[in-house]
Amino acid sequence: MSGNAMVELQGVEKVYRTSTLETVALTAMNLSVGEGEFVSIMGPSGCGKSTLLNLMGLLDVPTAGRVAVNGTPVESYRDREVAALRNKEIGFVFQSFHLIPDLSVADNVEIPLLYRSMSARERRERARKALDRVGLSSRVHHFPSQLSGGQQQRVAIARAIVGSPRILLADEPTGNLDSQMGDEIMGILHGLHADERATIVMVTHDPLRAGKTQRIVRLFDGRQVN
Amino acid sequence: MLRSYLRLATRVLLRRKFFTAVSLFGISFTLVVLTVVVALLDHVLAPLPPETRLERTLAVYQMRFSTRDGRRGRFETSFLLMDRYMRGIPGVERMSLLSTQQEMMAYANGEPMVVTLKRTDADYWKILDFAFLEGGPFTEADVENASLVAVITEAMRRRFFGHAPALGETIEVDGQRFHVVGVVSNVSRLRPIPYSDFWVPHTTDKSGAHRRQIAAGGYVAAFLARSPADLPAIRAEFASRMQRVPIHDDPVAAREGVDRLVAHMEAPAETVARLYAGDDFMAVDEEGRVRLGRFFGALAALAFLFMLLPTLNLVNLNVSRVLERASEIGVRKAFGATSRALVGQFVVENVVLTIVGGLLGFVGAYAVLGALTGSEVIPYAQFRMNGRVFLSGLALSVFFGVLSGAYPAWRMSRLNPVDALKGGAR
Repeated sequence: MSGNAMVELQGVEKVYRTSTLETVALTAMNLSVGEGEFVSIMGPSGCGKSTLLNLMGLLDVPTAGRVAVNGTPVESYRDREVAALRNKEIGFVFQSFHLIPDLSVADNVEIPLLYRSMSARERRERARKALDRVGLSSRVHHFPSQLSGGQQQRVAIARAIVGSPRILLADEPTGNLDSQMGDEIMGILHGLHADERATIVMVTHDPLRAGKTQRIVRLFDGRQVN
Repeated sequence: MLRSYLRLATRVLLRRKFFTAVSLFGISFTLVVLTVVVALLDHVLAPLPPETRLERTLAVYQMRFSTRDGRRGRFETSFLLMDRYMRGIPGVERMSLLSTQQEMMAYANGEPMVVTLKRTDADYWKILDFAFLEGGPFTEADVENASLVAVITEAMRRRFFGHAPALGETIEVDGQRFHVVGVVSNVSRLRPIPYSDFWVPHTTDKSGAHRRQIAAGGYVAAFLARSPADLPAIRAEFASRMQRVPIHDDPVAAREGVDRLVAHMEAPAETVARLYAGDDFMAVDEEGRVRLGRFFGALAALAFLFMLLPTLNLVNLNVSRVLERASEIGVRKAFGATSRALVGQFVVENVVLTIVGGLLGFVGAYAVLGALTGSEVIPYAQFRMNGRVFLSGLALSVFFGVLSGAYPAWRMSRLNPVDALKGGAR
């Protein structure tokens, strides 16, 4: 595995099996994302983009091949170790935000910090800073249902960056937003990349937005085609 | 983290009002029943006045016999046998002989009434810790001289004499006129040794058969040990003396062909086990020995079975509630929650729910116990919430909460994060 890669996949294959069906979602995938790189993943629906992102984010395990995060292969890691790695190194932004409706904006943002040994005061302070970063510090006590889609996605970004992860994985972060809100979200992601040298991998269908990233990885039928 | 879990639990429970209401009803109803049962057990087993020294009390209630021609039977403890052979057992501080309850017709001021009467001795008042509202107990001299004196309860005083003092008044029982020398607080019917309406010296018994024949029975022997540590030795000495009782010397026993007489000393819990579970749960062996383990085992099994149905119901509700929140589980896993942390979170939620249910259950149990006391179904029983009952109920609540929360939480923690984020299980 190469030295300065933040995420690296070697010969990765992902097959979903049921009793009657075998679906190959990804095959022969070799990909390396360097530190501070902003990469887009593109391809038609069902080509394996989200599967690839889930494997990079350690939310799923490959059927074959190896995944390494920050130079460390994770195939031998147990639940606790994988959870710790996700907590420390990776932040997720989902297409449908996935905010917890019963929690306030601040409580949602604090979630990654709950799984670290940290005082409530420090958690609250870091959540406030993260919300400030996405321009939502005035909505700390609101609940997700009281926010617009764009605001909810900004809260989700604040949650993704609150733990200062080195990798940000965004699965169609603008997919559920109108173009203006989508532009705002992309502005935040580009800001994070420029200001904090965040490593960002983003799944998108939008060639214009993908074109503004440093590299585009194209997938078709579970294979890399560029 | 715990504070965050508690806050989330409160919000989740408030948001899902129907689920919360159904769960709380099931939990609180179950706990009302269990707490009432615990309070009843506490009422019969715990040291309550006048039985404040239960931990060093033993009693003999019955004797079993067998005859040469194979007949078997049992009868209430013999005054004569106990008086003659069981006095002076090392380690025994006091021994008292008291008759089993006898229902008698009593008259005072021409007013007839059925009363429960107990004939006993002066040591009875030293073994028990009665609160005297008027006067005091009868003395050894009263017993020796067969004085026609009586101690009555406050309930009897009220019924015979209204609000007037009873001391020195006369009550006629079984054709004898007794002078009241003392008035004590009422005693629950569920406490066999202290319970009565009316106590008189055993020597006032007109027939006096209990002092002449072993077979006359009709008594209970109560022993107060110097310390709980003396109890095993006292039991052993009692058993040894029982084997040496020359039963053939008793004319009735000889006539009936009795060749073996067995009796066992019982601790208060053993008496309760024999009285309430002796036949149904085989808590007493053929020799009359109480198997306390069986009694408490049967009680625990019944409590468990009773809790099983609402637990399964709550497990089922919890599984669907947890799976409804699959997306939250996916998010938490994605941001670093371990399976263990998630199990902890959902168990805390469930324990919060069951503790709230438990508190409602306590309120319900308090009302039920009050109604039970007020109804006088069991004469003079005072069923109360106390520290023991409260802690037992709380322990049951937490046990119930962990039991019904652990399985759904474990199932939920096994969800694959990708599937959880999609809102379902694989």
